[in-house]
Amino acid sequence: MIQDFLQYDFIRNAAFVGLMIGFLAPMLGVFIVVRRQALIADALSHITLAGIAASLLLSKQVPTFKMLNPVYLGMAFSVAGSILIERLRKEYKHYQELAIPIILSVGIGLSVVFISLANGFNTDLFNYLFGSIIAVGTSDVWMVLLILILVVIAVVLFYKELFLLSFDEDQAQVSGIRSRFIHFMFMVMVALVIAASMRIVGILLVSSLITLPVAASIRIARGFKQTIIIAIIFGETSVITGLVSAYYFDLAPGGTIVLLAALILVLVIIWKKFRYSFGTNSKVGEEA
Amino acid sequence: MNSSIVSIKNVSFNYQERRVLENINLDVPEGSFLALLGPNGSGKSTLIKMILGLLPLQKGMISLFGQNVKKFKNWPYIGYVSQKANSFNSGFPATVFEVVSMGLFGKVGIFNFLKKHHKKRVIEAIETVGLTEYTNQNIGELSGGQQQRAFIARALVSDPQLLILDEPTVGVDASSVESFYGLLKQLNQDKGITFILVTHDIGPVTNLVTHVACLNKQLHFHGDTYEYEVLDNHEWSSFYGHPVHMMDHQH
Repeated sequence: MIQDFLQYDFIRNAAFVGLMIGFLAPMLGVFIVVRRQALIADALSHITLAGIAASLLLSKQVPTFKMLNPVYLGMAFSVAGSILIERLRKEYKHYQELAIPIILSVGIGLSVVFISLANGFNTDLFNYLFGSIIAVGTSDVWMVLLILILVVIAVVLFYKELFLLSFDEDQAQVSGIRSRFIHFMFMVMVALVIAASMRIVGILLVSSLITLPVAASIRIARGFKQTIIIAIIFGETSVITGLVSAYYFDLAPGGTIVLLAALILVLVIIWKKFRYSFGTNSKVGEEA
Repeated sequence: MNSSIVSIKNVSFNYQERRVLENINLDVPEGSFLALLGPNGSGKSTLIKMILGLLPLQKGMISLFGQNVKKFKNWPYIGYVSQKANSFNSGFPATVFEVVSMGLFGKVGIFNFLKKHHKKRVIEAIETVGLTEYTNQNIGELSGGQQQRAFIARALVSDPQLLILDEPTVGVDASSVESFYGLLKQLNQDKGITFILVTHDIGPVTNLVTHVACLNKQLHFHGDTYEYEVLDNHEWSSFYGHPVHMMDHQH
């Protein structure tokens, strides 16, 4: 059955990319969620859409742009958006959450304008909104692989700093950690991973792959490392099961993946409740 | 040997237009236990942040271990438990072990990992504060008093010579407060760690502090505990700006 599934090149590409983002999105997601910045993923995905729309528009006007994978411009927009969010958060010290709706609406505004300039919606754009396995090409696989390698190296090297900075910024500063650099690097990684996830789950669903596995993992994990590992397991499970069932039942892969992630979350919540009411090893002060 | 661990000379600080600290002079001798008292908004936390280099020095001079704070690099010498430690995100998924090991991150340095001897230090620090059985529990599952002990362990793990605690017992129940201060006393007397304790209530700590400083924009009183006890109600009232009642807290 799996052999059957993997016989087509485009599905193999989608499976590779899926495995990689099923790993990356929840891993970064843990750091994002514990900082209570879950919505940042939404803001960045919408600004990525603006980049993709801009690229599609340019490819209509300038023939050489046809050669360029639109995800590259999407990525550039996403990184620029992450820098802007940081700047806005400094500008509005007491309303830091404002940065997210500002960037989100600018992203949508730009996208809509670019789309209308390009004379409307086409299937290509539809694929970017909701994800598609057919759209994943070999160049996407290499691009995501490169991002995977860079992000994993950065997270391993700066694990201590990222962890401390997420937990307690004051303490991080007292420990002499260069918090601004680490923070900036982290935002760039998030921007890259969001742009990379775009092909499969689509812009409108990217943030769910970042937050849902983490939301489930955080309920049951002990400690930070375990939270990351379990979140990745949940992420991979929903991506693999989602892609396979999308193929066999002819469903939209992005939506299927997200619904599976949501299903895992619901099961975890129910299981936790069940264990909490009947279990012997209920923990001290858990609900306090 | 009675050298100063922290020495503050003529320090003033403004938040925009508002003067928060005015001409502060303070010396913290090695091995002492200083209580820094003052009402809310008296500039206590500001002064602490300046000592820790979290706020810039605007006027005056601060030296740590005889070194100018601007050039000070030996941050592992100083352990800090912030006021925020008791309002942290208690849903944060980190075990006591992970939280305490954070205290070593500055020492271990960038691009490096915790080695075996570091992990041993973490386990020892957890033992010192009496949380061994909670080592692998998530920090959010502990009581307020236990969490505060975990933060002390995090500050202790890098073998500091100075521990700065900013209102460490806010939100901790009374019975835990007593044993918490017992722990501090032991650390001060057995390990010779110098303490700066920021508090607005000296009651529970009268029998462990050696020096007292009262801050309300200006430093009104700085000396050892004996002199402090001779202050009468009248002087206290002028310091707090309203009548106060002295109570005896000897247990």
